[in-house]
Amino acid sequence: MITGIPQSSGFKWTYRAYVTLFFVYLALPLITVCVFAFNDSVFPSLPWDGFTWDWFFGTEAPRLGVFHERPILRSIGTSAFVAVWVSGLAVLVGTCNAFLFVRHDFAGKDFLYILMLLPLIIPGIILGISILVFSSSIANTLEEATGLWFDGLRPGLILVILGQFSFITTFATLVISARLQKFDTSLEEAALNLGATKWGAIRQVTLPFLLPAMIAAAVVAVLMSFENFNTTLMLVGSDAPLTVTMFDRLKQGSTPVLNAVSLLLIVVSAILGLASLLSRR
Amino acid sequence: MASDKSRLGLILLMAPLAIWLMTLIVLPHVGMFLVSLQEKVGIRQYETSLANYAVFFNEPLYWNTFARTAYMSITATVLTLLIGFPVAYYIAKLTRGRTKTTLFLMCLIPFWVSELVRTFGWMILLRETGVLSSFLQYIGVLAGPVEFLYNDAAIMTGLVYTSMLFMVVPLVTTLDSLDDSLIEAGYDLGGSSFSILREIVIPHAMPGIVSGCIVVFMLSLGNYLTPILLGGKDSLWFTGLIYDQFITRFNWELGSAFGFLLLGLSSLIVFLALKLSGQSLGKTMGR
Repeated sequence: MITGIPQSSGFKWTYRAYVTLFFVYLALPLITVCVFAFNDSVFPSLPWDGFTWDWFFGTEAPRLGVFHERPILRSIGTSAFVAVWVSGLAVLVGTCNAFLFVRHDFAGKDFLYILMLLPLIIPGIILGISILVFSSSIANTLEEATGLWFDGLRPGLILVILGQFSFITTFATLVISARLQKFDTSLEEAALNLGATKWGAIRQVTLPFLLPAMIAAAVVAVLMSFENFNTTLMLVGSDAPLTVTMFDRLKQGSTPVLNAVSLLLIVVSAILGLASLLSRR
Repeated sequence: MASDKSRLGLILLMAPLAIWLMTLIVLPHVGMFLVSLQEKVGIRQYETSLANYAVFFNEPLYWNTFARTAYMSITATVLTLLIGFPVAYYIAKLTRGRTKTTLFLMCLIPFWVSELVRTFGWMILLRETGVLSSFLQYIGVLAGPVEFLYNDAAIMTGLVYTSMLFMVVPLVTTLDSLDDSLIEAGYDLGGSSFSILREIVIPHAMPGIVSGCIVVFMLSLGNYLTPILLGGKDSLWFTGLIYDQFITRFNWELGSAFGFLLLGLSSLIVFLALKLSGQSLGKTMGR
């Protein structure tokens, strides 16, 4: 805190009011979404018709709650499936990349590093269409050549997983590299002096040190995968992940069941997000 | 012998990176560029030409939307910087300890939530039967319900909201590393608040400002949800055109050309921002 600098109290209070207003602006949409999950009306808007749990536990048609709405439950399952694959692959490749960039020097390293960062500045929708165009042309070529079907290369969950993996890996690499840079290599040398093999030293000394960062990267990857929309939209097939299902509902106009789903998402992402920060400490 | 072995290890370690970047980033973009150069001349017959790009330049709707998307994204970036900077400065320099951590976390939490949920929140707030309209009627500012949704101001509100974190976090990080005594020295030497801001704080925060601006601009330019859900019938967004060509009209050649134009525009602006501020991509993004 900077003390000893003269500032009028009027300025100080205006500044505080501004910062307070900013946080109100940040919280307002989320609080609104949560509050309307309990509104006893079939539209997520005013007037307020009283409190209800129907949008969570309702069992009958116009007031079907989240826990009884099959399409939404199924799309949550689809999202979880995609997220687990993306997160696992991203952490695996990210860990290899971290060792490569932190521990090795080779020709073209700077170029590869820039290339590795590129997915951050390519708009998600373009990542999606480029992968769509590329995989379809491979599928066409293969199908013409062999006469077999290659459904895995057509829009569907495999492409969704690959599309999300293509940019989430960059984040995983950055998180894990940051931790590997802090590692004291003399610990690994000590293990080697004590008779460990190279791989044994990495497995028993370096990887345990990296574990918090790997967990943090995995959690961040799950969060990013769950909430990804742009890339997913271009690659989705018949099994829609949660964001795509919610988007369709939102365009048609929906009951507050969407608010209930959102409330659950907010709670789970806040918990996961905090967990990822704590595990990085 | 040992160097052969370590060379093999290096190649094995590089393999996942190489496969990832080649098959999911480099080749797809080359492929997309090639498709964008194909002109359909008959059923399953194509010729290489720039026809798809000519379509873009000859149809005012397309390039107007392109220009509008760029212009609105730049506006959103500037607004995000202006709104976010004082808050980042407050968090980095005027708070400490637990308050600082709490405020920082409060900035982070909204952005772990899906963009869809955030946009949904703005829809409930701004629609005709929504919270803002009802509140203004209640306190007597408005006589009847007013639709705040489906216009450019609504899109701007959503864009600024969605990208705020990506501005505030790099700003807080760079401002945090500015030594307080430099600011105090500036005051001791008789500088005014404004000159200290201009000559000490902003130059030091430049890497954060640049990386924040780049990310916010990219996110706005490539945004699909916010303009589609919060914008009206006239508020076209370039990503919406790309989606239409790919999914609705099934004209992949034109869609690829659009995709490449958007990628070109975003790369150009990122390049200019880095050049003008003397920063490098590795330094601003790799943190």
